[in-house]
Amino acid sequence: MSASSIALNRFGLGARPGDTIAGDPAKWVLTQCDRFEPRPPVIASAPATAGISTGLVAYYAQEKAIRAQFGPRTPKAALGMDGKPAVVAPTMSGAMSPAPMSPGVSPSGMAQAPMGPGAVDPVAAARQEARQVIGKQSRNDYGAAVAARTMAALTGDAPFVERLVHFWANHFAVSTEKFEVMALAGPMEFEAIRPHVLGTFADMLNAVERHPAMLLYLDQAVSIGPDSPFAVRKTKRRTGLNENLAREIMELHTLGVRSGYSQADVTEFARAMTGWTVAGIGRGPGARIQDDSRAGSFLFLDDVHQPGDRTVMGKLYPAAGEAQAQAVLSDLAVHPATATHIATKLARHFAGDTPPPAMVARLKTAFLKSGGDLPTVYRALVASPEAWVAQPVKFKSPWEWYVSTQRALGTTTVQPGVTVGMMNQLGQPIWQPGQPIGYDDVAAAWAGPDAILRRVEAAERFAARAGPVDARALAPTLFPASLSPSTAQGLSRAESPAQALALLLVAPESLRR
Amino acid sequence: MLDRRSFLSTGTLGVLASAFAPRIAFARAATDKRFVFIIQRGAADGLGTIGAVGDPAFAGVRGELAADFASGAKLDGMFTLHPAMTASAGLYKQGQALFAHAIASPYRDRSHFDGQNVLETGGVSAYQVRDGWLNRLLGVLPADEARAIAVAATVPMALRGRREVASYAPSSLPDASDDLLQRVAMLYDGDQQLHGLWSEAMATRQLTSDLAQDGGRNAAATGALAARLLKPDTGARIAMIETGGWDTHTGQRGRLTAQLKGLDAMVASLQAGLGPLWADTMVLIATEFGRTVAVNGTGGTDHGTGTSAMLFGGAVKGGRVVSDWPGLAPAALYEARDLKPTMQLDAFIGGAVSSHFGVEPARAMAALFPATAKTAAIEGLVRA
Repeated sequence: MSASSIALNRFGLGARPGDTIAGDPAKWVLTQCDRFEPRPPVIASAPATAGISTGLVAYYAQEKAIRAQFGPRTPKAALGMDGKPAVVAPTMSGAMSPAPMSPGVSPSGMAQAPMGPGAVDPVAAARQEARQVIGKQSRNDYGAAVAARTMAALTGDAPFVERLVHFWANHFAVSTEKFEVMALAGPMEFEAIRPHVLGTFADMLNAVERHPAMLLYLDQAVSIGPDSPFAVRKTKRRTGLNENLAREIMELHTLGVRSGYSQADVTEFARAMTGWTVAGIGRGPGARIQDDSRAGSFLFLDDVHQPGDRTVMGKLYPAAGEAQAQAVLSDLAVHPATATHIATKLARHFAGDTPPPAMVARLKTAFLKSGGDLPTVYRALVASPEAWVAQPVKFKSPWEWYVSTQRALGTTTVQPGVTVGMMNQLGQPIWQPGQPIGYDDVAAAWAGPDAILRRVEAAERFAARAGPVDARALAPTLFPASLSPSTAQGLSRAESPAQALALLLVAPESLRR
Repeated sequence: MLDRRSFLSTGTLGVLASAFAPRIAFARAATDKRFVFIIQRGAADGLGTIGAVGDPAFAGVRGELAADFASGAKLDGMFTLHPAMTASAGLYKQGQALFAHAIASPYRDRSHFDGQNVLETGGVSAYQVRDGWLNRLLGVLPADEARAIAVAATVPMALRGRREVASYAPSSLPDASDDLLQRVAMLYDGDQQLHGLWSEAMATRQLTSDLAQDGGRNAAATGALAARLLKPDTGARIAMIETGGWDTHTGQRGRLTAQLKGLDAMVASLQAGLGPLWADTMVLIATEFGRTVAVNGTGGTDHGTGTSAMLFGGAVKGGRVVSDWPGLAPAALYEARDLKPTMQLDAFIGGAVSSHFGVEPARAMAALFPATAKTAAIEGLVRA
């Protein structure tokens, strides 16, 4: 690969027709930091946490009304047997994700839910209808957010920074299986990651851990200090500490697994974090706050906070309410283990599945010296010769491949349903890695026989719908001075322009970066 | 299926038309005989198809793969047919199915491609003979009867040679996609990683789009198609059908069941489609080599040697398993792992074909298997 091709494909998201790099490719990459828009119109017009939360509040109110009218539902709704929150009741979780919507159900129809006498099972029918309404709303919001992310990736002027947004969103992965998270995953990327992608790691970390998507996904919203006033008062309720978020912050978001912290550190950090919850939504203690203007906001509830001093990794954190966990988080953000962890992941993303140790060391130093200033780390990254080796170092993930094909085709409009479906078919549904560690960033995760076949099938569809494009002319734009003779020959021998385009989209050059 | 025609290789539309259509005037049938060769590509497990349940070692060495035979049709004191092959069991009962066991071509290594080349060319080693034995068979038939068709997109090796042969593909894939897939294969040819992934993807695709697909309906449709191509007086006398998906290294129990179900459906639909002509039809089913006697660590079997072969048809002297059974005790195995071949597939095919078409056995052997021509054809496979 030429330096220009590396800048466009390895650092960027792939060239668009007409894209050229004048001058120094490394400079082209770095100057994007000056052009990046955290909140372009496509993002600003996407559903945001506040509006989504208002809809969720309305749904909870509806459910409560049904309960009040027909009697209490089964107990254990708030907390499951395993101590994890039953974010949605068991019967609901199935209805939430991909359940078919019954036609004609609409928000306005919900008010006239069939609760009157004569209905066979009025409770079930009313609940079912309410769930369908909120389920459809969540899927719509999710699709709109996927479309917004895709549009930003296709039309933005700073593809390197957009790539970093995707990188951080995967680093701070949430997954949409929990239905509140389905709609809120996109807003977390837009509200907590985009504004800080060119800021400090500590600020991004802080924004992410306070976002309702994360607090709900990793159960922080329901974690209750065992000796908090709330727990002391409600002795009959099954309440307690939930270590999920505290552990994943240490293991996945900051220090990295097996980097020296102990189970006791996790527990202490989890105690410090009690009280960090979400207003109005979810099933935690903050959900009782029925104030639309605050719904979905971060909330510190002193009532559920574990009183006392905490010791995390040998350091004493005096009792300070919300600020106690904040202090731990601030220290974790600039910890050397965190620097190593972040440096390793960034090096893996830009220099290959096996991160070069010298590069990791350089990025780590940049991170530590700057106190986690991300642009400083990015400059060290772009200055690393290991990220500019001519051989492709990465096999594109389905998302990377999809975005690069659409950029190659000059696509500037996105159908939410089409993009969601395509990413499902390609094997990487957006914001749905299924686990907090996110999607793997190594070839072994993506380079499978069936995965390639799906890309070929998708490419044929893309090419069939693209306008008249001469793949032979487009190829050198996408891969300046880097097109292999065999690909060029394959394109020139294709039986039709559409077939040549499909071949270009699945050529080895298009599958790797 | 019938809406897509591809006449490839030597089989062009023109060839098909001139070979088949204008023959009506000369349609004096010297023979009404029809012959179908179904090749099992990938090394079909003969021991998993026809279980030697009477062998004291069978149950132990075959483990879970032996279990299915509890419900299969008992063929004789030694052998039981896989229960998926219900139509074949019926034909066996009627004396229209004959099975050979512990049989193998002259090939003694374990490469699919070399093994198939030997099976199809009739040589003793790979690439030694340049044309296929089915093509040479055309040479011993009356000239105006010598018509063959490959029920495949391309003419397989067994049918290639001096005499022109048509082909007819039963694929339901859009042409463009097929072509794109081939071009992608070329595109990845020089790329080690992508070439490997693509080969695997195509192998899997063949596996899933082949015999086992749609619970055998696809296979049945192919059998019915072959019958339609063979049935007319002016139609082909010889047809070859390729089947894949027999390379059961993993999860053999379910996969082989699905494969055999498809194969069984193919034979049944051939019989149904040919109607009265079935009395004059012979169907040969053979594979390049067998599989290991022991089950491997992933519920499958690996490349082996001896296997089984099958003959179906109204004139077949069936209702029996022809075998000089070598046994499955460790000492009896070939290279301590495979079913030892005790019968030559060449002699079996030569005997079957010569009896079927009324050709003198030595002449048939010389034409079909010149390298092993001195081997006597196995006689008595067809009712006198």
